[in-house]
Amino acid sequence: MKIAVCVKQIPDPASPQKLDASYNLARDGKLIMDESDSYGVEMALQLVDASGSGEVVVFSMAPRNETSGIRNALAMGAHRGVLVSDDALVGSDALSTAKVLAKAIGREPFDLVIAGTESSDGYTGTLPVQVAELLGVASVTFAKKVQVDGGSLKVERQTEAGYDEVVSPLPAVVTVTAGVVEPRYPSFKGIMAAKSKPVETLGIGDLGLTADEVGKTGAREEISEVREAEARAAGTVVVDEGDAFNKVVEYLEQIKVI
Amino acid sequence: MGLSKIWVLAEVAGGKVSAASLELVSAAARFGDEVTAFVVGEPGGEVESSLAGFGASRLVAITGLDSRLPGSVAAAVMAARAAGDQPEAIFFPASYEGRDAAGRLSAKLDRPVITNVVNLNPDNGSLVAEHAIFGGSQIALSRFTAGAPAIFVVRPKSFAAEENPRSITTETVAAGDIGVAGAVKVVASHVEERTGPKLDEAPVVVAGGRGLGQADKFALIEELAGLLGGAAGASRAIVDAGWVPYAYQVGQTGKTVKPNVYIACGISGATQHMVGMKGAKNIIAINKDADAPIFSIADLGIVGDVQKVLPAVIEAVKARKG
Repeated sequence: MKIAVCVKQIPDPASPQKLDASYNLARDGKLIMDESDSYGVEMALQLVDASGSGEVVVFSMAPRNETSGIRNALAMGAHRGVLVSDDALVGSDALSTAKVLAKAIGREPFDLVIAGTESSDGYTGTLPVQVAELLGVASVTFAKKVQVDGGSLKVERQTEAGYDEVVSPLPAVVTVTAGVVEPRYPSFKGIMAAKSKPVETLGIGDLGLTADEVGKTGAREEISEVREAEARAAGTVVVDEGDAFNKVVEYLEQIKVI
Repeated sequence: MGLSKIWVLAEVAGGKVSAASLELVSAAARFGDEVTAFVVGEPGGEVESSLAGFGASRLVAITGLDSRLPGSVAAAVMAARAAGDQPEAIFFPASYEGRDAAGRLSAKLDRPVITNVVNLNPDNGSLVAEHAIFGGSQIALSRFTAGAPAIFVVRPKSFAAEENPRSITTETVAAGDIGVAGAVKVVASHVEERTGPKLDEAPVVVAGGRGLGQADKFALIEELAGLLGGAAGASRAIVDAGWVPYAYQVGQTGKTVKPNVYIACGISGATQHMVGMKGAKNIIAINKDADAPIFSIADLGIVGDVQKVLPAVIEAVKARKG
């Protein structure tokens, strides 16, 4: 089976995030694959293995021809990558990003499109369903277990109360939660092989999109102000010498919980 | 100047409108003249009366779900009616179905969507959204420049649900054919049982993280929560590790809780987690790493081994209760 995986390349979450002067997420430093996308890559690799043959193609939209995150997915075992990179894309919102990815994915037939439930930097959490709507295919979000059985998809989908068993025809878009599978670490051999795997780079013209459909103009929403969230002040900090449990009990008494 | 028409997707579980949905209806009634609540399901007595009680003036009950996903069905029905009714804003709760519905509707109507909204302010006939970014450390103020409707996905507990009775008219519509999204069917539902108060409504939440060391130590969290009449919660790290079900998760991708007291045990305090609990009235944190971010928001911080401190707290609480 042939699977498309959406991968977001984000600034290293270990370093503080910031906005640039135009209130866009700063993307000037090194970008890496969003860890929440490693579950989708792993899931795709396992499904293709189980089906006996096929291909995993990684799709990403990123500035400055950034491919380090795509290479990471290729090092895990994905077969090839497609990058959309274009100066006109700066300032894109979730919907315009979905238009770009849907156009890129829609150039060839796929059995399944896999994405994370939300990114670790912007976490709007709507993009995969927007991609599904634009591609005109079914979607199942928040999958904690995914199986392909013949022409249909069987998913255990998280709910408020537990989970639902859901079936869907293929093709479909499915979003996977963290923890759905244990992502493999790229092997040395995988990392070396990734360097020679093909990554196609596209601009918006290649996708039949114009500059006013994407980027800041296409987003049609604007941030007028950014401020620090109301901070909570830190209180008392006590180093446990064996009796700090008393402090907890006293605090609970003081607020009349016990 | 307010808005004239606002739509809200109201979710119903067990015959009752969810708390998060009533918060949105209540907010919509403050900002708009006419509030239409969309419900997937039958317009039962309690559903209609609670929606009217919090300010809805119209109820559109969508029937004929036929095992399809409620979010996809709601989006299709709303999209079909948007051109005729012309709502200026549509509110969705930040839930599984709410996010699905908002995403589908956004693409169907070609309108952007703002998610993670924590507050809305009226401004010259439109709404300015406050949404949490960077795990809640900063708040961005955003507005739409696209035409109506403005689509917002709002986090639970962002607005108070205030009674504001209005007379309501109810209309029932059959979902009908919703296209390819309707081919997805729910074939079975599983409820993961838990006892005690619900996590997002409990006055006390005791939550565990990696610092517990191993999965079976989560029993300590359950025990203290039980003793204090509260609910047990968890960080994303131990949910991902499979120690406890997702229903326990507190944070950006889990539940938002605002209890009287939140006791974080062995949780370092990733922003992902903190955004879901920093609204607690009191925060107690126990963690062995003195530099853990959780201490920056804790009213009482204990730098120590949670595997030693927690059993001692449990014994002391038990002794005190006799």
